[in-house]
Amino acid sequence: MSSSRQFFLGEEQGIGYSGAMIQATSQQEPAPVRPGSQTVVSVTGLTKRFGERLAVDNISFAIQRGQCVGFLGPNGAGKTTCINMLLGLVEKSAGKIRIFDLEAPRFHREIKARIGVVPQADSLDPDLSVEENLRTYAGYFRIPRRLASQRVEELLHFFALHNRRDEIIEHLSGGQRRRLLLARALLNEPQLLILDEPTIGLDPQARHLIWERLAILQTQGTTMLLTSHYLDEVSRLSQQVLILDHGQVVVQGEPRQLITDMVGLEVFEVDGTAAELDALETSFRQCNATQERVGDKLYVYAREDCSRLVKVLGEAGSWVRRPANLEDLFIQLTGRSLRET
Amino acid sequence: MNGFSFWTIWLRNGRVWKKNILSTLIGNLGQPLLFLLAMGYGLGRDMAPVVGLTYLQFIAPGLVASAVMYSAALETTYGSYTRLTVQKTYEAILMTPLGVVDLVLGEIVWGASKGMLAGVIMLLALPLFGVMPSPWVVALLPMLFLSGVFFSAFGLIMTALAKNYDFFNYFTSLVITPLFLFSGIFFPVQTMAPSVRGFLELLPLTPIVSLARILCYGRFGEPILLKILGSLLATGCAVWLAGYLLRRRLIQ
Repeated sequence: MSSSRQFFLGEEQGIGYSGAMIQATSQQEPAPVRPGSQTVVSVTGLTKRFGERLAVDNISFAIQRGQCVGFLGPNGAGKTTCINMLLGLVEKSAGKIRIFDLEAPRFHREIKARIGVVPQADSLDPDLSVEENLRTYAGYFRIPRRLASQRVEELLHFFALHNRRDEIIEHLSGGQRRRLLLARALLNEPQLLILDEPTIGLDPQARHLIWERLAILQTQGTTMLLTSHYLDEVSRLSQQVLILDHGQVVVQGEPRQLITDMVGLEVFEVDGTAAELDALETSFRQCNATQERVGDKLYVYAREDCSRLVKVLGEAGSWVRRPANLEDLFIQLTGRSLRET
Repeated sequence: MNGFSFWTIWLRNGRVWKKNILSTLIGNLGQPLLFLLAMGYGLGRDMAPVVGLTYLQFIAPGLVASAVMYSAALETTYGSYTRLTVQKTYEAILMTPLGVVDLVLGEIVWGASKGMLAGVIMLLALPLFGVMPSPWVVALLPMLFLSGVFFSAFGLIMTALAKNYDFFNYFTSLVITPLFLFSGIFFPVQTMAPSVRGFLELLPLTPIVSLARILCYGRFGEPILLKILGSLLATGCAVWLAGYLLRRRLIQ
C-alpha cells in the first residue's frame, strides 16, 4: 500500500523513523471527493436525542467507495449510536441518511442486504458449530444453498478456520471467534463493511492476521467504516478519519495531514524533575514546537526539525523521540480527562 | 417484511433444538404426562364420572392443551430472553435484511410449533392410558397451533418487558400455573356459580380446553364458534402487542 503504511509499521516496532518519510507522506493530497455514485454513505445533519441527552448532534459526513474511514472518539462520544442509526437499530431524531443512494430507514432491507457488520459484542450462536453459524447466517440473507456452501468454504479458508469447522463456538479462542465474526460479515459479499472494534481483546498475532485480511479486502475495493480505540489499527487501515466528541464531529480528514497540521512532525517525551523540565521547556522555545506538561513528563510537539536540540536532551534523564501519531491528535482534540459513562 | 423471511429464523431455532432434542421433549412432556398418571389414573379410579366421562378421560384433553401452553410459553420466555440478551441472536439477525417483524413472527411460529409438537405427542400417548380419541381430533390440531401462537406471543410480551430471568417467576406463578389449574382441565367450569363461570370462561386457556374435550370425543354439546372466534381475536391482539413491545425494546 502507500508509504504511510510502511511508515506506521516502522513506528510500531519503534525503529525505522526518518524525517524524509514524513515529508513524503505529508505531501500526499487528501483523497479527492468523487461525485455521485461513488458516495457509499452520505449523512447530513444526523441527530439523536435520548430524552434530554443529545447523543449525536447534527453530524454530517460521507464515505467514498473503496475508502476505509476511521470513526474515532472517547467512550460516549456517539460512535455506536451513529452506526446503529446507519443500521436502523436506533431511530434518528433528525437528519438524512443515504446508503448506496437509497434512503434509510425506508429501504433498510435493501441496504442491509449489501452491508456486512462485525459487532463489538460476540453474537455468534454458541449452540452451533463454526460451519453451522455461517450457513445459518447465509440463510438470513437468503443466499441460495449451493452458493452459500461455496462462500462458506472460501471464507473458512480465507480466515484459516477450515480445520475448526465442526467445533462448537465455546471451544474457539478469542481470535478465532473474531475471525468467524468477520467471515460471517462477508457472507453476503458486502459493499460496505462496518467494523466495530474488530480486534478488541486479541493478542498481537491474532490482530495482525485480521489486519492482513482486512488489507486484502481493501485492495479488492471493499468500503469500510472502522471504529477502534487502537489508534495504530486505525492508522494502518484508514485513509480518512473522523473524530467525534460529545456527539459532534471535531475533525475529519486524511490522518497524516491532520497530524502534521494539528500536532506536528515529531514528539519528544521527556521524564525528569520539575527543574530539569523547566530548563528544557526554555530551550525548546528556540524551536517551532508546542509543549505540554503532564505530571513529571514533558511532551514537545515539534512542527519543524528540532534535531539541533537533541544535545540538550542528552543531559536529561530519559527521553524518547518519535513521530507524531494519531493518538497525539486524538488526545489534543478530546483532552486527557477520563470518560466514564 | 418480505413474505416468508421469518422462516429462516424458524430454521435457525430448529437447528439448535435438534441438538438438545431429548432434554427439551422431557422438559415439555414430563409434567402433563405425570399429571395424567397421578390425577387421572391414581386419583380418578375411585371417582364418579364427570359429565359422563371417567376422570382420566375428562382431564386428558385439557392436559394436551396445557402441554401446548407450557411448551410455547417457556420457549418464548426463557428461550427467547436468552437469545435477546446473553446470546445477542436478535442483534445479529437485525444486522441482516431481516427486521423486527420477521423476528417476532419467526419466534412466535417457532414457539407455536414446539407447542404443537408437545400437544401431538401427548395425543399420541393417550391410547397408552386407555383414552381413544375420535376422528374429530384432527380438527383439534389447528386449534392447538392457534393456542401455541397465543402463548408464544404472550411469552414474547413478557420477554420484551423482562429485566432479568427472575421476572419470569411472575409469569409462571401468576399466569401459567393459575391457567393450568383453573381453565377447566381438572373440574368442569359449567357447573360453577355463574359469576365464577363467566370469569373462568374468559381465561385464554379455557376455550381451548373445552374445544379439546369436544373434539377429542366428538361430543358437540356446547357452541364452539364463539370459542374459536374469541381465541382468534385474543391471539391477534397478543401477536400485535408482542411485536409492538419487542420493537420498542430492540429499536431505540
